[in-house]
Amino acid sequence: MATVTAGIIQSSIGRKYLMALSGLFLCTFLIVHMLGNLALFKDDGGQAFNEYTYFMTHNPLIKIIAYVNYAFILLHIFYSLTLTIYNRKARPESYALVNQSKSATWSSRNMGILGSVILIFLIVHMRTFWFEMKFGTMPTIQYDGNDMVLKDMYSVVAEAFSQVWYVALYVVSMFAIAFHLYHGFQSGFQTLGINHHKYTPIIKNIGMILFAVIIPALFAAMPLYFLILNL
Amino acid sequence: MKLTLKVWRQKNAENKGEFKTYQMDHVSEDMSFLEMFDVLNDDLVRKGEDTVAFDHDCREGICGMCSMYINGRPHGPLKGTTTCQLHMRHFKDGETITVEPWRATAFPIIKDLMVDRSAFDRIIQAGGYISINTGNAVDANSTPIPKLDADKAFDAASCIGCGACVATCKNASAMLFVSAKVSQLALLPQGQPERHQRVKKMVEIMDAEGFGNCTNTGACEVECPKGISLENIARMNRDFLVANVVD
Amino acid sequence: MKLDAKIPEGPIAEKWTKYKATIPLVNPANKRHIEIIVVGSGLAGSSAAASLAEMGYKVKVFCFQDSPRRAHSIAAQGGINAAKNYSNDGDSVHRLFYDTIKGGDYRSREGNVHRLAEVSTSIIDQCVAQGVPFAREYGGLLDNRSFGGVQVSRTFYAKGQTGQQLLLGAYSALSRQIGRKQAEMYTRHEMLDVVIIDGKARGIIARNLTNGKIERYFGHAVVMATGGYGNVFFLSTNAMGCNVTAIWRAHKKGAFFGNPCFTQIHPTCIPVSGDHQSKLTLMSESLRNDGRIWVPKAKGDNRKPSEIPEDERDYYLERRYPAFGNLVPRDIASRAAKERCDAGYGVGTSKMAVYLDFSDAINRLGKDTIEARYGNLFEIYDKITGEDPYTNAMRIYPAVHYTMGGLWVDYNLMTTIPGLYATGECNFSDHGANRLGASALMQGLADGYFVLPITIGDFLSKEIGTKAIPTNHPAFEEAENAVTERIKKLMSIQGSEPVDYFHKKLGLTMWEYCGMGRNAEGLAKAKKIVQEIKKDFWSNVRIPGAPNETNPELEKALRVADFIELGELMIDDALNRNESCGGHFREEYQTPEGEALRDDNNYAYVAAWEYTGDNQPEVLHKEQLVFDNIKLVQRSYK
Ligand SMILES: Cc1cc2nc3c(=O)[nH]c(=O)nc-3n(C[C@H](O)[C@H](O)[C@H](O)COP(=O)(O)OP(=O)(O)OC[C@H]3O[C@@H](n4cnc5c(N)ncnc54)[C@H](O)[C@@H]3O)c2cc1C
Ligand code: HEM
Ligand code: SF4
Ligand code: FES
Repeated sequence: MATVTAGIIQSSIGRKYLMALSGLFLCTFLIVHMLGNLALFKDDGGQAFNEYTYFMTHNPLIKIIAYVNYAFILLHIFYSLTLTIYNRKARPESYALVNQSKSATWSSRNMGILGSVILIFLIVHMRTFWFEMKFGTMPTIQYDGNDMVLKDMYSVVAEAFSQVWYVALYVVSMFAIAFHLYHGFQSGFQTLGINHHKYTPIIKNIGMILFAVIIPALFAAMPLYFLILNL
Repeated sequence: MKLTLKVWRQKNAENKGEFKTYQMDHVSEDMSFLEMFDVLNDDLVRKGEDTVAFDHDCREGICGMCSMYINGRPHGPLKGTTTCQLHMRHFKDGETITVEPWRATAFPIIKDLMVDRSAFDRIIQAGGYISINTGNAVDANSTPIPKLDADKAFDAASCIGCGACVATCKNASAMLFVSAKVSQLALLPQGQPERHQRVKKMVEIMDAEGFGNCTNTGACEVECPKGISLENIARMNRDFLVANVVD
Repeated sequence: MKLDAKIPEGPIAEKWTKYKATIPLVNPANKRHIEIIVVGSGLAGSSAAASLAEMGYKVKVFCFQDSPRRAHSIAAQGGINAAKNYSNDGDSVHRLFYDTIKGGDYRSREGNVHRLAEVSTSIIDQCVAQGVPFAREYGGLLDNRSFGGVQVSRTFYAKGQTGQQLLLGAYSALSRQIGRKQAEMYTRHEMLDVVIIDGKARGIIARNLTNGKIERYFGHAVVMATGGYGNVFFLSTNAMGCNVTAIWRAHKKGAFFGNPCFTQIHPTCIPVSGDHQSKLTLMSESLRNDGRIWVPKAKGDNRKPSEIPEDERDYYLERRYPAFGNLVPRDIASRAAKERCDAGYGVGTSKMAVYLDFSDAINRLGKDTIEARYGNLFEIYDKITGEDPYTNAMRIYPAVHYTMGGLWVDYNLMTTIPGLYATGECNFSDHGANRLGASALMQGLADGYFVLPITIGDFLSKEIGTKAIPTNHPAFEEAENAVTERIKKLMSIQGSEPVDYFHKKLGLTMWEYCGMGRNAEGLAKAKKIVQEIKKDFWSNVRIPGAPNETNPELEKALRVADFIELGELMIDDALNRNESCGGHFREEYQTPEGEALRDDNNYAYVAAWEYTGDNQPEVLHKEQLVFDNIKLVQRSYK
C-alpha cells in the first residue's frame, strides 16, 4: 500500500488523481450544501434554515464529512499549487504570441486564477459564517414546536447579505465557481480515466448545466434575495 | 503575396535569442510554409547573412521533424496539418507572421527554430515497445484482433512525435504523445504482458524529463496534426492507476 | 579484382536454408566484445541494429535526423509484400520470387531474390508481434491488397501509412535495445567517411550536426543502411535529407557501385507547381487499385474532367495493357504518362499531368469506402493542391522515387570492402532494373531482421580475436583530416550562389537527360553539363556561418558535392548500358510498340563501378547474371 501511494503521489498523474478526487468530492459537497441552503428561501423566519444548521453542526456523520471536506479543500489547494509550480518550470520562457482561444476553453486555461478567487471567497465565507458559528457570539432563537435554543445563523446570513459589497463578492465568486466547474467537473472524470464516447458527453452536460449554471445560480440567488428583501 | 516575417533567431542553446523581421515580397500561394523559408534562406545567403535553421525532412507531414510555432499556434492555423504541409494560400496578403520555436524545458533550443526533442525518444526507450526478439514471432494470423481494436490502435499509433502537443499545452505536458504509445500497445493483445510495467516506466521518465502536468485543457488534441484523441490520455490515466494498484 | 557474389550452391529453394545451417557463428561470450556500427535508422538500419543488439553485439547507430523514428522509411505509404497467401489466390514464395525477377526486368540475382521471398513471411509475423497495427478484416485477420505488376493480393498495409507503422515497430525494437544499453544511438550525426584499416572497414568519421564536431567511431564491422539517392534529381519523393554521401564516401574508399543509373520513376505523384518546389509528393500506387488513369482524347481539351464525357476519354493504360490495366508496373505506367503528355494530351495548367479518377470507384463503392481506403492520401492531395479529389479527378505526373542502384553487395550483403555491409535501399541487390511496389519495405526489413544478422557472422566469426582499435589509430587520424580539409575548402569558397542553386541545376540536368528517357547524345551532353556544374560549385558556392556550429547549409553542400560526382557516374552507367530495361529506358532501344527492348546477350550483367581516383574514369566490372530458374522473356503486361 505504501508503495502504491508513493508511486501515485510522486507522479504527475498521481497528483492529478488527488486533484480530481478532491475536486469531485467538493462537487458532491456543493450539491448537498446548496440543497440545504435552499431552506433560506423558506419564509418561516429562518426556522428551517437554523434547524438545518443545527443538524449540520451536530450530526457526528456530517461532522466527519465536514472534516474530510476541509482536508480535501486543503489537499486540493496544496496540489493546485504544486501543479502550478511544476508547470511553470516546464515552460520558463513563454511565447511572444499565444493564440490558444481556438484550442482550449477559457476556463481550462484559467483554473488557477478561478481557484484563487474561490479561495478568497472561501476565506471570507468561512470567516463570516463558520468562524462565527464556532467561536463567535451568536444570537440565539427558539421556535415553536422545538424546545431547543438554536444559534440564529439565519439572522447572521441576512445581516451579511444586506451589505452590497458582500453580495457582490458572492456573485462574482459564483461566476468563478461556475467557470471552475465548467472545466473542472468533466476534467475530473478524464483524469480518473473515464472517457467514453457515449458517456462523456453526458458528463460534460452535467458539468455545464448543473455545476456551471444551476448550482452557482442558486447560490448567487441567496444573497441577491436577501439584498432585495432589504431594499 | 507580400508578407512580413517575425522570426526567432538564437545562435545556440547558450545565447539569448531575439526576433528579427524579414520582408518577403514574392510569396506564391502554392508554396508551402517551409518553401517560403527556403526562399528566405536563399536571400539570406546571397546577402551574406546566416540562414534560419529549422528542422524538416520528409515535407509530407509524416516524419514529424518540422516544428514551427506560427502566429501563436504549433504548425500554424490549419487543423490537422504540419508546418511542412501548410500552404501559403492560408495566409493573407500583407500579413505579419510570427514564427517561434517550440518552447519547453524538455525541448531545449538548439538554434533558431530547431529544438531538441530527444526526450521523446527516451520515453519510448523506457517502455514504448513490446519485448519480442527477432525470429520469435508466431504466425501473424494466429491471434485475431477485432477490427475495431486494431483501428483504434492504428489511430493512436499514427502519432508522428512532432511535439506540437507539448508546444501548445500551457503546461508543456507530454501526455498526448505518451498516451498515444501506451494506448496503441494497451489496445493490442500483444501488448498485454508488459502493460502495467510499460505505463509506469514511461510515466516515470516523462516526469523526469521535465514535462508539465496535464490539466486537461484539450489544446493538444485540437492542435495535434494527426488528431490523436484525448481518449488515449484517459486510457493511460486508467492504466496507470490499475498498474500502481495491482503491481 | 574478380567479383564473387558468393551465391551458395544447390537448388534455388534450398540455398538459403542450407547456407544458414552452415554459416559460422559467433558465440555469445564473444559477441559481447564485438562492436558494430550501423549507419542509418530506417527500416533496414533499425531492424538490423535491433536484431544485432538482441543477439548480444554492441551496436552504435547513426542518423542525421533528430530521432531514429524520422528516417525516410516513415514516408512509405502503400504497403509491404509477403508471400503469405492469406488471400488464397495462389500466391507462393516461388510466385513472389518470379514476380520480383520479372518486375525487375531480369536484372537481379536469382539467389538474393528467392531468399527475399522466403523470409518475407517472417517479416509480417515479426511486425505483428511488435504491435504494428496492420489493416484487418472484420473477422480479425489481416487484410491484403494488390499492387502494380502482380496478379495476387499479397500486400499488407496500415492505411496509407505502412512505412510509418513498420518503422515505428523497428524503432521500438531499437529503442528497447537502447534502453538496455545494448545499442547506443547517435542522432543528428552525419557520416562523412569510412575508416579502413588493413583493408577492412573499422569505423566511421561523423560530423555532430549540433556543434559541428568531427568525431571518430570504431566498429569491428560497419553496416550502411543509408537509403536511396533519388535526391540527385533535386526534385523527388525522397525526404530533403536523403543523400548519397555515406555510400559515395564508401565507394571512394573502394566499395563498388552497382547499376547507378537504375532509377525508378513513380507514375503517380502530385505535379510540380512552380520554381519554389522543394520536393514532390507521392500518391501511393495503391490508388491505382481503384483509380482510373486517363487523358482527354482531344488535344488541349480544357474542360473540367467531370465535364468530359466517357467516350471522349482515353484510358490509355487499360487500352494498351488490357491484362494489367491500371496496375502495370511503375516504369511502364510512368513512360505511358510521359508519352501522352509529350504527344500533347497532358492536362492542367502545365500540361504535364494526367488524370487519376475515382468517380467510378466512388459510384461503385461509395465515398465512405474510398475514404476508409485512401482518406489520408486524398487529404494530402487536397492540402497541397487546394483541390478536393473526391469531386475532381486528381492530376498526377511521374516523379523520381527510388534508386535500384546502390553499393554492390554479395550474398552476404557485404560490399567489396571486407567488413562493410550495405542493406536496404542503399544496396543494389534485389530489384534489378525496376522495383515492384511494396517490395522496398520488404527488402529493408528482410535485410535487417533476417539476413544481415546471420550473414554478418561469416565475417565476424573471424574477428573474435580482434581487439577494439583505439580511435587514435593513424587511419582514423587520416580520415578525419581529409573530412576537415574538405569542409574547410567548402567554407573558404564564399562565392555568390547558395547550395540549392547548384542542386537544382544538377537535378534539372539529370531529369532531362538521365531520367525517364535517355539517349546517347543527351547523356553525352549531360556529362559535360555536370562537369561544368562541378567546377562552378567548387568555385562559386557560398556557405554562411561557421563549420563548428549547427549549419544546415554546410550539410547540404557536403551532400550536393557528392551528388554531383554521383551524377556523372550515373550518366556513364546509362551510356554504357546499350539496352532498355525496367526504369532504364534508352530511346534507341525500344520495340515498335514503344516498350523497353532488352539485350540479354550483352547486358544481362550487373554493372559494378570501381572508383580509381579523382577525375579518373571509373572502371567497370561485370557480374554476369545467371538465370537457372526463370526463363528470360520479353516482359508483357498486355
Ligand atoms: C514517398 C515514398 C513512398 C514509398 N512507399 C513505399 C511502399 O509503399 N512500399 C515499399 O515497399 N516501399 C516504398 N517506398 C520505398 C521505401 O520506403 C524505401 O526504399 C525504404 O524505406 C528505404 O529504407 P532504408 O532503411 O533503406 O532507408 P531510409 O529509411 O531512407 O533510412 C536512411 C537512414 O540513413 C540515415 N542516413 C542517411 N545518410 C546518412 C549519413 N550520411 N550519415 C548518417 N546517417 C545517414 C538516415 O538518417 C536514415 O536514418 C517509398 C518511398 C518513398 C520515398
Ligand atoms: C468549491 C470548491 C472547489 C471545487 C468544487 C473544485 C473542483 C475542482 C475540480 C472538479 C477540478 C478538476 C480536477 C481534475 O481535472 O483532475 C479542479 C481542478 C482545479 N482546481 Fe478546484 N475546486 C474548488 C476549489 C478550488 C480552489 C480553492 C482552488 C485554488 C486555490 C482550486 C484550484 C484548482 C486548480 C488549479 C485545478 C487544476 C486544473 C485542472 O486540473 O484542470 N480549486 N477543481
Ligand atoms: S500526439 Fe500529436 S502533437 Fe503530440 S507528438 Fe504525436 S502527432 Fe505530434
Ligand atoms: S517535414 Fe516531415 S512532417 Fe513536416
